[in-house]
Amino acid sequence: MEIIHPKKTTLSSSELIPTLPLYKSAPPLEVRLDDFELFAIDRLRVLKGISDGLSRGKKPDEMQKLVDELWRANMRHQNASEVTKDIISHFVLRLVYCRTDELRKWFLTMETTLFRYRFKLETLDAQRALMSEFELPYKAASNAERENVKDKLIQVARSIDHSKLTAADTIYFKVSYSALMDVKIIYMKVPFEEVPELVAGRRVFIHKGYAYVAMNQVVSLVVTQFRSHLSKALVLTNRKWTSTIREQEKDRLTPIVEALSTSYLGPDYSQPKEFAEISVTDINKVANSSFPLCMRHLFEKLKEDHHLKHGGRMQLGLFLKGVGLKLEDALAFWKAEFSHKVGAERFDKEYAYGIRHNYGKEGKRTDYTPYSCQKIILSTPGAGDHHGCPYRHFSEENLRAALSKMGVGGRSMEDVMEKVRNRHYQLACTLTFEVVHGTSCDAGINHPNQYFTDSQNILKLKLQVGNALDVAVALLRSDILLAI
Amino acid sequence: PWSKSHQEISNKGGDNMDVNQRVLLPEGFNPSYLKLYYGKLFPHAEIFKWMSYGNDGKHPACDQSYFGRREFSYTLENDIYIRFQSFNSAAQLESSIKNKCPFKIDIGPVYSVDPAKRHAYAQGSDNVFTPVERELVFDIDMSDYDDVRYCCSGADVCLECWPLMTIAIKVIDTTLRDDFGFNHILWVYSGRRGVHCWVCDGRARRLSNEQRAAITEYFRVYKGNENSHKKVSLTGPALHPFLVRSYTEVLNSFFEEKLLPGQKLLATEERFEKILQLIPDDAVTAELRGKWLENRRSSISREDINVSRWQQLKHSLQSGKTKGHGLRRCVEEIVFSYTYPRLDLEVSKHMNHLLKAPFCVHPKTGRVCVPIDPNKCEEFDPTTVPTLSTLLEELNMGGLSEDIENGTFVLTLFYTIVYLFVDKL
Repeated sequence: MEIIHPKKTTLSSSELIPTLPLYKSAPPLEVRLDDFELFAIDRLRVLKGISDGLSRGKKPDEMQKLVDELWRANMRHQNASEVTKDIISHFVLRLVYCRTDELRKWFLTMETTLFRYRFKLETLDAQRALMSEFELPYKAASNAERENVKDKLIQVARSIDHSKLTAADTIYFKVSYSALMDVKIIYMKVPFEEVPELVAGRRVFIHKGYAYVAMNQVVSLVVTQFRSHLSKALVLTNRKWTSTIREQEKDRLTPIVEALSTSYLGPDYSQPKEFAEISVTDINKVANSSFPLCMRHLFEKLKEDHHLKHGGRMQLGLFLKGVGLKLEDALAFWKAEFSHKVGAERFDKEYAYGIRHNYGKEGKRTDYTPYSCQKIILSTPGAGDHHGCPYRHFSEENLRAALSKMGVGGRSMEDVMEKVRNRHYQLACTLTFEVVHGTSCDAGINHPNQYFTDSQNILKLKLQVGNALDVAVALLRSDILLAI
Repeated sequence: PWSKSHQEISNKGGDNMDVNQRVLLPEGFNPSYLKLYYGKLFPHAEIFKWMSYGNDGKHPACDQSYFGRREFSYTLENDIYIRFQSFNSAAQLESSIKNKCPFKIDIGPVYSVDPAKRHAYAQGSDNVFTPVERELVFDIDMSDYDDVRYCCSGADVCLECWPLMTIAIKVIDTTLRDDFGFNHILWVYSGRRGVHCWVCDGRARRLSNEQRAAITEYFRVYKGNENSHKKVSLTGPALHPFLVRSYTEVLNSFFEEKLLPGQKLLATEERFEKILQLIPDDAVTAELRGKWLENRRSSISREDINVSRWQQLKHSLQSGKTKGHGLRRCVEEIVFSYTYPRLDLEVSKHMNHLLKAPFCVHPKTGRVCVPIDPNKCEEFDPTTVPTLSTLLEELNMGGLSEDIENGTFVLTLFYTIVYLFVDKL
């Protein structure tokens, strides 16, 4: 780790740092302890903003704009150069987010996304310079090779879903398409392993293990490299943190680092509060009143089919754990349902283990945390699955039907569907919450357990208010009687 | 080598059993049959050779620890499941299997260290016990197609719906070879209602989880379930060459020649409504519905009613009369929905996923999980796959010798595949 001296006033660096740093190694910069925290918080705002954007399913064009705005708003700095703040904040957050698998995964995704869109904003020359820093060992496809597969290359270029590209990409493709006819465009022949995202999106022609990557897709290559470097670096950082730094810095950096990680992620509902205990009989009652749509659907299907596939068991099971369902009760609950379909014995043999695993009683004893909205929205339910986010994964018809069962109709229904059309799935859920409960929800829903807790709080409040009203009415009546 | 062990088997059969009397074994599966099977038929040595990938040799480049770092897991009688079994030699593997007589054997990844020693390494978050190699695998299960087959459902398969598996094999095998450049691919019958695929090239074994996820995404076309409306959406001015190839070489012909008439996809109102639902143009669907509700029997022509209705549908959509947006590729979307392979994505994405070993016997059907030659997959018939009892019967009768032509003893196929690719790995 770099040398950091407390309470130094000057920031200096004698090295020439390019505009878009690759964070390959921690440079020997000095920074004030205050800045250590402040810079990190500003960067965290950017990363959080990106996280929100992704979970709302923003298109690449929109993400590009968002990243630009977030960076401008948070990362400009007066006393130090912007680059220094960039580098320092990145390395501080590495410390914060290296410590568990989940934190690493989140950080990796956000930093890679940030890098991708910042890279795209650079000039072509700057991009080429950055590319050379990555030392990509690929050759351009020879003329002969290109001739052979020309038809296929054209076909792929035409098949790419243009809604997934930014404006800049699309223009390039239009140019490259006509240039293809002259076979002048350059394609890199790259082993398919190096461009997993292009392969996954079927955005390249692959032949005998080689992907033909167009020049403008090279971003993907660079981003993959970036991600891979950062992933390894995070593991190393964690090792250093646990072995030396945490102890060394326990009076200075460690408290800051530990505070930073919890402050922005919000409660993860892994430790349900004591008062929120719930029994099996309660579940049926509260399912109707306080479950968000995703969990209602899973719950209904479970009752109907007496079965759920793995994805559904995880999503619903962890949610119930967060709600306060104890392990013994959970086992009884799932057994009662599954027995109708597979029998009690088979349940014990095949499914009980999984439930115990969720509660951290088996295997490596990880106490799994209930899924957040972002995670659920990004899941990919397949045939026979019922998990995922209904606002995203249901057809309009099915969603309307499900919502009207919840009591949403008329104008509100249209407002919710409008949000869905604009891919604001969490806003749609928030709106549903507001309609169902007759109140406003300013914080916005970003976790199914949050929906549940807020709902229960409102209902309790209503009950209290209701009781109070009853008492008041009774008193009033008795006054009137007295008066008469 | 195999001919020698072949002789041994026939001799042993002769010594222990009364060769002249045909002993009819009761159908099904039980532990004593299994014991005999593991004793005389299960190809322990071949599995070892396969899993060693050449490291069982003597020259200096061989990694002696390689086989010992592979995880096997057993499901024993009484559903006891034990993981992280590992062995250092063919003999150890063989004696363990014969000893424990597992109802099912799964194969996991090759780890960084011998799984038996994993506890010494998994300290904190510094996980040095981690998978380092694992075949790229695929699992296709007929029950994922229940919404497009009417002949069976759930665990059953028959010759009417089996073509769906044939399609999956052809599409995936071609793509793995032509697009991804893999060569050493083993297809195996899962014993009941599906097929497994093992891609054994070194390059495949060394793929990371992210790369495996990318490959499965490349294959993914069918998105959604009963909750979403349209499950196959082929947008864009052109289709990716891989999809075009799959369609023109496999999907279309199987759909029109086998599935359409075999599953009677347009014969009744209930069935044709499901297809009409995939057409986003009310005018077109109304017209077709009208025609079909009137002509419940095709009057003059001897052509199958499903085939003729399909021609009508194609004509309506492709004639150019209607110019709706969603109609451009409607015909292809319908064909894809009913035929395109449906993979269990999670199986392929993770290196640590355990998959059943070839040549296990399925406890519910008694059928042996035999390899399928992708070049002859159209001839494969799941209803005639040897069962534990038929194999043992033959063994009793003193010969598994000349019956190779009939394919009743399929180990030759396995030997061919194994020796063909093991040598080149």
